[in-house]
Amino acid sequence: MNAHLQPTGSAYFIAPETQVSESHTLSVLVDNEPGVLARVIGLFSGRGYNIESLTVSETEHQAHLSRITIVTRGTPHVLEQIKAQLERIVPVHRVVDLTVRAKDLGHERPLERELALVKVSGTGDHRVEALRLADAFRASVIDANTEHFVFEITGKVSKIDQFIAIMKPLGLIEVCRTGIAAMNRGPQGM
Amino acid sequence: MSGTENQMTGAEIVLQALKDNGVEHIFGYPGGAVLPIYDEIFQQDEIQHILVRHEQGAGHAAEGYARSTGKVGVMLVTSGPGATNAVTPLQDALMDSIPLVCLSGQVPTSLIGSDAFQECDTVGITRPCTKHNWLVKDVNQLARTIHEAFRVAQSGRPGPVVVDIPKDIQFATGTYVPPSMVSSQHVYEPKVQGDLDRIREAVALMQGARKPVIYSGGGVVNSGPEASHLLRELVELTGFPITSTLMGLGAYPASGKNWLGMLGMHGTYEANMAMHDCDVMVCIGARFDDRITGRLNAFSPNSKKIHIDIDPSSINKNVRVDIPILGDVGRVLEDMVRLWRASAKTVGKEHLADWWTSISKWRARNSLAYKANDDVIMPQYAIQRLYELTKHRDTYITTEVGQHQMWAAQFFGFEQPNRWMTSGGLGTMGYGLPAALGVQIAHPDALVIDIAGDASIQMCIQEMSAAIQYEAPIKIFILNNQYMGMVRQWQQLLHGNRLSHSYTEAMPDFVKLAEAYGAVGLRCDKPADLDGAIQEMIAVKKPVIFDCRVANLANCFPMIPSGKAHNEMLLPDEATDEAVANAIDAKGRQLV
Ligand SMILES: Cc1cc2nc3c(=O)[nH]c(=O)nc-3n(C[C@H](O)[C@H](O)[C@H](O)COP(=O)(O)OP(=O)(O)OC[C@H]3O[C@@H](n4cnc5c(N)ncnc54)[C@H](O)[C@@H]3O)c2cc1C
Ligand SMILES: Cc1ncc(C[n+]2csc(CCOP(=O)(O)OP(=O)(O)O)c2C)c(N)n1
Repeated sequence: MNAHLQPTGSAYFIAPETQVSESHTLSVLVDNEPGVLARVIGLFSGRGYNIESLTVSETEHQAHLSRITIVTRGTPHVLEQIKAQLERIVPVHRVVDLTVRAKDLGHERPLERELALVKVSGTGDHRVEALRLADAFRASVIDANTEHFVFEITGKVSKIDQFIAIMKPLGLIEVCRTGIAAMNRGPQGM
Repeated sequence: MSGTENQMTGAEIVLQALKDNGVEHIFGYPGGAVLPIYDEIFQQDEIQHILVRHEQGAGHAAEGYARSTGKVGVMLVTSGPGATNAVTPLQDALMDSIPLVCLSGQVPTSLIGSDAFQECDTVGITRPCTKHNWLVKDVNQLARTIHEAFRVAQSGRPGPVVVDIPKDIQFATGTYVPPSMVSSQHVYEPKVQGDLDRIREAVALMQGARKPVIYSGGGVVNSGPEASHLLRELVELTGFPITSTLMGLGAYPASGKNWLGMLGMHGTYEANMAMHDCDVMVCIGARFDDRITGRLNAFSPNSKKIHIDIDPSSINKNVRVDIPILGDVGRVLEDMVRLWRASAKTVGKEHLADWWTSISKWRARNSLAYKANDDVIMPQYAIQRLYELTKHRDTYITTEVGQHQMWAAQFFGFEQPNRWMTSGGLGTMGYGLPAALGVQIAHPDALVIDIAGDASIQMCIQEMSAAIQYEAPIKIFILNNQYMGMVRQWQQLLHGNRLSHSYTEAMPDFVKLAEAYGAVGLRCDKPADLDGAIQEMIAVKKPVIFDCRVANLANCFPMIPSGKAHNEMLLPDEATDEAVANAIDAKGRQLV
């Protein structure tokens, strides 16, 4: 008999959102200790934030520091909250919103690059075409036999997306992408 | 110094580290994975261990202990079920900013991941309900980890932490390092000093205000007694009206002339109207919780807002503010008071006269009024009598969760901080009894009363047994209305008064229950007998369960119905059955 009620959107008094969502790239410097990635990911899932891309690797071995790069989407308020919530995590040293920083520096976006391994299998015309296109995209062949290629390609996300789309009809078997590595232009660090 | 001087077993390190961090009491429950630590506890007498009856009780007791003393509360639990039972108090402490160190036993490192007996992923399970947690895999890291745990628990915004210690680490021998010898592992160093320019800006805004209000919160209590002192000074200097959240009660005295009462869903009309109509709001250590703001887009629409908070994630979270000041309440208020004084000659209080006139009109609505009754005890009356008969004593109040909690907040006047222990953020039924135990352990000669509901009290009733064992003469004052009153009230408001499962058919006999534990049971159901019975309760030097039979169907007003704004409160004199039934529209019904 309560069927006329709207499905429960949220349990809380959340005002209707008027801001639009944007995609931002965050750089997070953390102590490389057990569980740190789980803390960061848990924060995103627990608070309902989006992760579009995530990469992590130790970048300063001596100091045991890792750099996590996260691409996330949210309204400016949510993005501000994400940054503040990340900064609260004990092993987090610094959080920089690279997208905001890029704008401050007068650039449209930070430098963002991704690497992908793309396996394509085929013979005859397809094979020739795949190789020709790989060349145009500056992808290099890192493994091959008479039936397949594994290409390594780096570049902007859009370039990789495009490359993969083109390879599809030519016998695409599998793809592995690293997620985005990012930093800002210019002499300053994060 | 010989090389072996600081060599100890892991279990010895635990005890030494606790002592060096000033710990005098720990609340715990033993089990296989913490036996080496229990063996060490047995062989010393500097630290007193309080044996609870359920690990949830240990956590809430440690919370009560912490909140009433300003110190870190410590709990000790075994692996597996011991750790999972600790989850509720950990989350409770996280939401209410209570500093807590939880030590848990874990299966030996070689067995981790093998689904060993009583193994659980304690750090995994407690990651989202702690500020930070650690699994110690090297006995030489144990001392430093425990020191770090104490530091993290109490610095910045306080909160709970867990140190998970595998059993082999407790047996292994390693080096002990005292707290003074360890540099912290993490860069974690919250900012405590506020930005002076911002504070100056805030003072200027406040001096120009015509309709100001101070909205203070639990952060003032967290900051320590000096912060409450400075808050009082600021109110005195500025002449501003002040309200507080549930968590901040006592920081400014309820008898103070500028006091508006608590604000929020069950706050007073004058507090909520002042928040709604103000031109400058000074939020001090409070977090714009949804119980406070009501409908966000109608929240204090015309005010400039200043927010003092130590946690950057509290700022601009729910409500956008104009002047955020990041820092410790005490430090910031010190600067604020000093800057106000320096320019005080130019500002008087006369320009606030119109504002105070409006406030007097709101006050005259008498929003806490209730219909007195000579035959049945009204729950509000019971709290008023309890307050009158205990206010000259050294009294601490804890509560469970429900209507009784709100009536306690409305009708018990708190004059000092750290005297009021309640589960605000998580709203944990079962909090009050163990919390009272913790408070009583910290303050053996004080009068400690848990204002309880008949349903909540049954959630951690087992701790009566611990109270008897430690001769902790806590008083459990149950406002027994036979219902889960708060649930019943919402069912009346939201669900056509269909009282689905909110009536307790088989209520225990609380007097006999008290006696079964070896405590004293009292019962009262006549307003005329109430004072005498309360006095008897106070006089008893043992734990008491007081079964106070109150009107069954009383509702807690005033109330801002879900989805409504501050100026759309439901006041007691308007709350006819029909108004109650129609108070919340379809949209508001989705909210909690
Ligand atoms: C049934 C029920 C009904 C409720 N109804 C109401 C109601 O009507 N009114 C009401 O007020 N509450 C009510 N509550 C409680 C409510 O849910 C929240 O717990 C409460 O409002 C939060 O209080 P607070 O804003 O003071 O924040 P707290 O939870 O006490 O948080 C403290 C804030 O201060 C900051 N802080 C901590 N330490 C410092 C420091 N040293 N310096 C500076 N800042 C610091 C923290 O970062 C945080 O932002 C109710 C709860 C229940 C269970
Ligand atoms: C552990 C837990 N379970 C459920 C709830 C939901 N809840 C909030 S108040 C309440 C009823 C409390 O009843 P009682 O203790 O009798 O207090 P009263 O409201 O009657 O004063 C319930 C079930 C809760 N807060 N905590």
